[in-house]
Amino acid sequence: MGLLNRLDDPYNIAPGIVLGTMEDLLNWGRARSDWYLQFGLACCAIEFMALNASHYDFMRFGCIPRTSPRQADFIIISGTVTLKMAERIKRLYEQMAEPKYVMAMGSCSICGGPYWKQGYHVLKGVDRIIPVDVYVPGCPPRPEAFFEGMMKLQDKIIKQKIFEKRARLAEEDAKLASQHNENNNIHLPTGWTEVK
Amino acid sequence: MNPKEIFDLLKKEIGDGVLELVEKEHHDPFIIVTPEAIVETCLVLRDDEKTLFDYLVNLSGVDEKDKFIVVYHLFSLKHRYRIVLKVYLERENPHVPTVERVWRSANWHEREAYDMFGIVFDGHSDLRRILSPYDWEGYPLRKDYKMPEYYKGIKVPL
Amino acid sequence: MSETKTFEIDFGKVYSERMRLNVGPQHPSTHGVLRLEVELEGEVVTDVVPHIGYLHRCFEKHAENVTYPQVIPYIDRMDYISSMNNELPYVMGMEKMLGIKVPEKVEYIRVICAELNRIANHQIAIATFGLDSGAFTPFLYYFRDREMIITLFEKLSGGRLLYNYFWIGGLMNDVYPTFAEDCLEIVKQVRKTNDEALELLMYNKIFIERTANIGILPADVAINYGCSGPVLRGSGVPYDLRKVEPYSIYDRFDFDVVVGKGEVGTVGDCWDRNIVRVREIYESCKIIEQAVAQMPKEPCDVRQAVPKRIKPPVGEFYAKAENPKGELGFYIISDGSPTPSRVRARATSFVNLSVLPEISKGYMIADLIMILGSLDIVLGEIDR
Repeated sequence: MGLLNRLDDPYNIAPGIVLGTMEDLLNWGRARSDWYLQFGLACCAIEFMALNASHYDFMRFGCIPRTSPRQADFIIISGTVTLKMAERIKRLYEQMAEPKYVMAMGSCSICGGPYWKQGYHVLKGVDRIIPVDVYVPGCPPRPEAFFEGMMKLQDKIIKQKIFEKRARLAEEDAKLASQHNENNNIHLPTGWTEVK
Repeated sequence: MNPKEIFDLLKKEIGDGVLELVEKEHHDPFIIVTPEAIVETCLVLRDDEKTLFDYLVNLSGVDEKDKFIVVYHLFSLKHRYRIVLKVYLERENPHVPTVERVWRSANWHEREAYDMFGIVFDGHSDLRRILSPYDWEGYPLRKDYKMPEYYKGIKVPL
Repeated sequence: MSETKTFEIDFGKVYSERMRLNVGPQHPSTHGVLRLEVELEGEVVTDVVPHIGYLHRCFEKHAENVTYPQVIPYIDRMDYISSMNNELPYVMGMEKMLGIKVPEKVEYIRVICAELNRIANHQIAIATFGLDSGAFTPFLYYFRDREMIITLFEKLSGGRLLYNYFWIGGLMNDVYPTFAEDCLEIVKQVRKTNDEALELLMYNKIFIERTANIGILPADVAINYGCSGPVLRGSGVPYDLRKVEPYSIYDRFDFDVVVGKGEVGTVGDCWDRNIVRVREIYESCKIIEQAVAQMPKEPCDVRQAVPKRIKPPVGEFYAKAENPKGELGFYIISDGSPTPSRVRARATSFVNLSVLPEISKGYMIADLIMILGSLDIVLGEIDR
């Protein structure tokens, strides 16, 4: 549960004091104030506009639309991605700053949607060009389904480990580097694991 | 005015360019015109007092097995009447003069017909692809079109 | 393409040249994925080149490979804001081709759904236009009303945005018992909100300053470019397909055709196109009230005329109807088999957008956004 729910926990030190890690606090802040890039492609974008209106208020999740990708935390691909648009989406994704997330909303961005068979200009799933975190199915998905997807994204952010990234990944990096050198017949003096 | 009267008027003004009037069951009546005479026909239909077809509703390309057809749907706001013109083209090298200077809406319609079928409109001010990417190969709506495998490194089929 | 000018002024030389700026495809105000290449001289627009095709989903290729009823979901997704109006010309044309006569109640339900969807469409158009010009409150009011309409459609067909409700020969299912009361309640609420919006948005001094005398489209230019719908009616031409060539049962209802008169500014400017949309909502409310009063009340089997297997005779026809955005037409060629040979969709927004370079020369770039919003385009229809 959330950080604030632990304030009245009787097994803790005293009411009003919470023990936790710095990572907990930062993740709690990041998950509850995700700012998204205002970007709509097709029919799912209309459903997304209805989500922002007063009946299904999306701002209560702490999400505000940002117009520039350099200021956004996550991007919602809502609608069909065509091959002409695919390069632009890749560029938008690369302009966002880490940590960034992608939500694929609607059937067209998951697998090409109703245009999968003869669509010569449709990209069959946006995960062919950018890595996706949450998939929300539907054509278009109901607002309630979208909220479930948003809550799953928040769960993912809360469980993320963000400190000491280099130390954790250094072992994996070393293994990949030695494999690369093996494959390309590069032999360095012993003690070196750097990739040429 | 009915299609027969329009056909007679065109025969008088244009002469040989207008080929025949076809009125079949389950078809809207249409007039077949040769590619060379299409611009003059359209000018006559637009400016003549009795017809005044000042609104080009639709311009589309059609791929039959052995030929291409360009279909023009016209409408007259004053007389509230519709007519259809058709131009038959050969499959190897389809060329037809543009009617862009008669009705400006033909500009984008002709670009789309070029993009989808490869029909070249002579005299068009800006004939390039409009819906597909500018470096796409092939003409998608032809019956013998095959989907490409890769486009700029992205896999296209499912 | 840039020209350079050098002037000599007292305190030295000044150097200026034209600049090419890219607006979109990702931009909050382009109403979808549209790319405009704008050539600017300072802040004044000298040329606009629209680039489309970022949402080209090959609808015409799909339609050649599926059967006639299976084309209807693809048609829904063209103008995704008003799906019922999209299905209407296709279904009417096919019924004429096959010689099917639908029951009376089906016709009334179709008209009511089409008019409700017209209201929903105009609400989005005016709301987003207000949003472009900086007014956020009408957006929230209109979307609240739109939720009522969408809930009714959800009870009727199961979908919120894309319905597949009109079938060739009938409908998917009959209306639920309290349909008529719901319609009248919606009409009452829509009238109230529309009055508020007229006062809050349309006759607001700031809005008038931003939209009057901007993007003037003369009537003969509009006709030559093939525009239709509120774009053409805003320039003073009273052309509405429901009155000029009545289809379905529109000749039984009494409503007016709203035309732009240049009330605050010139005939054919952005304000005129918008007031046509606001006033058309009132006309649609009138039609719905009359239709609900005339509709037969007893339950009817709406699928009785739906054919088991659709194999139309060899032929071709052009079926048209008045979409909220203009004239939507389908040119269908059939060769006697269960799948169509060619389906060409004559989309309103495709033709309406081609007039943008003509009417935006000489205005500033902020006015260009207003002109684009007043044309009311939806990219699903342009790129199909």
